Amino acid sequence: MSAPPRAAQLHVIACHTCGMVLEDAPGHPGHGRCPRCGTTLHRRRPNSIARAWALLIAGMLFYIPANLLPVMYTNMLGSGSDNTILQGVVEFWHGGSYGIALVIFIASVVVPCSKFLILGMLLMTVQRRSTWAMRERARLYRLVEIIGYWSMLDVLVVAIVAALVKFQSLSDIEPRTGILFFGMVVILTMLAAMQFDPRLIWDSEDT
Amino acid sequence: MSEALETPPQPGKPGILERRRFPSLIWLVPLVAALIGLSMLVHAWLSAGPEITIAFQAATGLDAGKTPVKYKDVTVGLVSRISLSEDGSHVLVAVSMDKSAENLVRADSRFWIVRPRIGLAGVSGIDTLFSGAYIGIDAGQSEASGKNFIGLETPPTIINGAPGKSFVLHADDLGSLDIGSPIYYRRIQVGRLASYQLDPDGRGVSLQIFIDAPYDSFVGAQTRFWNASGIDVALGANGLKLNTQSLTTLLAGGIAFATPAFAAAEKSGAAQTVYELAKDQQAAMAPPDGPAQYIELHFERSLPGLSIGAPVQFAGQELGRVVSINLDYDPVKQRFPSVVGIELYPLRLGRALDKLPKTREGTDPALFMRRMVEHGLRAQARSANLLTGQLYIAIDFVSNAPKVAFDITARPLILPTINGDFDQLQEQVANIVAKVDKIPLDSIGRHLDASLVSLDQTLKQTNAQVLPEATRTLQQAQQSLGSAQGMLADDAPLQQNLNQTLLEVRRAAQSVRELTDLLGRHPESLLRGRPDDPKPAPAGARLPANTQESSP
Repeated sequence: MSAPPRAAQLHVIACHTCGMVLEDAPGHPGHGRCPRCGTTLHRRRPNSIARAWALLIAGMLFYIPANLLPVMYTNMLGSGSDNTILQGVVEFWHGGSYGIALVIFIASVVVPCSKFLILGMLLMTVQRRSTWAMRERARLYRLVEIIGYWSMLDVLVVAIVAALVKFQSLSDIEPRTGILFFGMVVILTMLAAMQFDPRLIWDSEDT
Repeated sequence: MSEALETPPQPGKPGILERRRFPSLIWLVPLVAALIGLSMLVHAWLSAGPEITIAFQAATGLDAGKTPVKYKDVTVGLVSRISLSEDGSHVLVAVSMDKSAENLVRADSRFWIVRPRIGLAGVSGIDTLFSGAYIGIDAGQSEASGKNFIGLETPPTIINGAPGKSFVLHADDLGSLDIGSPIYYRRIQVGRLASYQLDPDGRGVSLQIFIDAPYDSFVGAQTRFWNASGIDVALGANGLKLNTQSLTTLLAGGIAFATPAFAAAEKSGAAQTVYELAKDQQAAMAPPDGPAQYIELHFERSLPGLSIGAPVQFAGQELGRVVSINLDYDPVKQRFPSVVGIELYPLRLGRALDKLPKTREGTDPALFMRRMVEHGLRAQARSANLLTGQLYIAIDFVSNAPKVAFDITARPLILPTINGDFDQLQEQVANIVAKVDKIPLDSIGRHLDASLVSLDQTLKQTNAQVLPEATRTLQQAQQSLGSAQGMLADDAPLQQNLNQTLLEVRRAAQSVRELTDLLGRHPESLLRGRPDDPKPAPAGARLPANTQESSP
């Protein structure tokens, strides 16, 4: 099978930032620096799996208070109440706003959870050098990267609503600590996805 | 380009960096995350206070996870669960209290639901209209902390620890009073009615009142309390007097208290002293009545207008009141006499009682009364008010009273009676009526009627015949007068002629006078004719003077 040569076989290394292809010093323990843009050169992102794992676990830990703590305090005509994400979803669902409930549920439960699952699965398979469904896994990774930005939807909604609804005693909406943790979850999972080097998926092809 | 094709591009040579061994700092991130989560968990665990259960009749307005528990308007807990009791008779509200509120939950702490309440005494809890109901808590004094409580259905009138004192009043009935009814001292509200309950024997009501500090010091052992509800109307010699405490007491009732001026100054009464609640201020301020003496009166006639509670007077003093009015049957006379029961308070006689001669029989009221009856003591139903016919009982000495036997063994004692002045009045009125009856009003009326008929006829005749004639006559008279006026007018010919005639007459008279003058002076002229005119007199001189001078 005449597969195209790999960078390692050609002893070249590409700069992450400007894409310049450089000669790789084989067997050299250190890392090079791109002569054009000064970026540190790696064959693969160093420590990629460990970092991704660490950030992913931190994200998952923050996901617990993000769901248990109230994210929003709403005060309508003097009756104030703290709402966690799931309480909000349930309230909207009971109130008949199925669409809004679904959007919030997807943005704050489905997306983060699927990110945890996908990233965890990717990291596990890469660690085990599994050759299973590599193309699909690569596609999943790109999906995770793309939807990562959109997970901030909840935080944005709370921030905008809190800024818009300020009528003192009449009605008032304030963010609560839960949304901070939720934001941390989103940021940490995005960082974890960034730390994950998708090229690792294909490395297991060689062995 | 061709060169580039011949020789494949050579990758550039990267600069070599020394590899640095980093300990994997990235693991600090999940460590920090775990620490944060753990600290929150510990914090939540530490700040969680006791969980208590309160039983309420109904959970109206309560909401699990939302309804707060407030102490002095500070949220100290949250309703976590609402469930029905096993027998379904009440609801159990589980409340998770804050750690800081731990010392509020004593065994005798009280809980109630604050809802908007609109009563006669005012509006409370209006803020809950918007914020929803909440549970109020009043910290108890007990040392032991409690776990299960029975919630109050109405907010307590007195919050524990409020400065002031509680007193107990005893009343015959509650009247228009209610929990929260105000208590006034010199028309200033100084307290509230805290609670009331029926006495165990059902013969009265005990009221717990609370007087705020510093006014509680005005309550002494001699202090009198009275029901200040309603309007006190007094019709006295100096007009109508209207007396009320405040508009609230009219609607919601109220209690007032005062210490009589004659009471010696003493220390304020201890809390939980029992006082009597009088019907009104007058009754409260009256000196104590002492034991009552029940006496029966037998009246020969019926007594319309005598009511239970009517006063019994002795020598103008109110000595008691009527307590019962019954009918009796006398088989001998075939009559229904009235039996009136009265209560007398001998202590009201005051000083007189001390000076009354002590009989050797002691102070036995029966013996005492016999002596009095011998001296002419009689009861009488008198009319207090001629308009309404109200009667009262007067006990007085009647000088010419017929002797009556007094039974000292009868119980109750029976005081002999005589007919009252009202009876005499009735007799007189009856006499008058009889006389009026004798007047032949019928025939007078008939005669008067006949006279009136003939008068009517006469008047008709006058109208039809006499009046037109009279009118005509008057018209003619008017005409005559008109012509007379015409004749008498200034420019009428008659007048003119008359004037001229009169002028002529005057002239004639003048001539006659001249002639008589002439003849007087010169009588000879009748014979000789008129003498010559004398020389003309100087101008303006009087003629007679000149003639006299010239004559001698």
